[in-house]
Amino acid sequence: MNSVRAEPLAAYALGLGDDALVLAQRLGEWVAHAPQIEEDVALANIALDLLGQARTLLAYAGEVEQAGRDEDDLAYLRDDRDFRNVQLVEIPNGDFAVTMARQLVFSAYQYELYTALEHSTDPTLAGLAGKAVKEVDYHRDHAVQWVLRLGDGTDHSHQRMQAGLDQVWPYTEELFDPASQLPGVAVDPATLRPAWERYVTDVLSEATLGKPEPRWRSRGGRDGLHTEYLGHLLAEMQHLHRSHPGATW
Amino acid sequence: MTGPNESGHRSWPLWEVFVRARRGLAHQHVGSLHAPDAAMALRNARDVYTRRGEGVSIWVVPSAAIVANSPDEKDPFFDPAADKVYRHPTFYDVPEGAKHL
Repeated sequence: MNSVRAEPLAAYALGLGDDALVLAQRLGEWVAHAPQIEEDVALANIALDLLGQARTLLAYAGEVEQAGRDEDDLAYLRDDRDFRNVQLVEIPNGDFAVTMARQLVFSAYQYELYTALEHSTDPTLAGLAGKAVKEVDYHRDHAVQWVLRLGDGTDHSHQRMQAGLDQVWPYTEELFDPASQLPGVAVDPATLRPAWERYVTDVLSEATLGKPEPRWRSRGGRDGLHTEYLGHLLAEMQHLHRSHPGATW
Repeated sequence: MTGPNESGHRSWPLWEVFVRARRGLAHQHVGSLHAPDAAMALRNARDVYTRRGEGVSIWVVPSAAIVANSPDEKDPFFDPAADKVYRHPTFYDVPEGAKHL
């Protein structure tokens, strides 16, 4: 790994890894709180898929960075300003419709991302993407099933699904902000936009839902600028490791 | 899942799940679950019953569609078979030299 490329590559892997890690933690909050026990299991499965992706990406970021940090150091010993995830994944779960709105938006994005990343010249990233794209295909399908049913369900479910979309939409633009410039290695997020847009628009129209037009947008997650919610999430996620360094079972 | 009301949650029908572990084997009943419709039942079955690589094919059947014998009919249904040993293929001597039996 030449040193010119190492830093942007570490930052890139860290950004994607943090997206997966933080969303895994958020989805884990649903366990024992979902509408049905079957849905507890579905959301936990998705969370664990994301956690697996995060482990690969954080371990790789640590390896490329060459500062002696492993995946646990990166997950448990950084403060919120050092996290590089987009703000979409850190906002609170809200009700089930908010979570499904976020799952639709994020997994549709991640699907396009990993599909493109499979062609990366970096073998670790390409390998991860090849495996993860099948997982994400299912995550996306799960979200679509619910968005269709809630959107095109009763008046009440339609209204709450629309409210869920309205709540997450200001955070979608940030997904496509420029990432590390690593031609052939990293994917330029802007190139994912058209396919994402097509996919999501089709789902919303089939679900009889309107695409929100928010008057503001989030930015800065990849630079360490986060909402107030991330700190609380990290406090819970990191507490055990920080209180009992190196604890295992 | 139509809203926050409890009755909405309770109204999800029950589905029986059958999983085929490998090609060439028959589907086996593995359990049941709740789901609002068939498509979601299939997905729930995937999540609940095949997360450790248990299957290559899943069937879901509405529990209401299964016709079962009643426990009261146990005797007329099954007792008559108990003393008819000649129904078992155990009254033949295996000819010498026959392999693969």
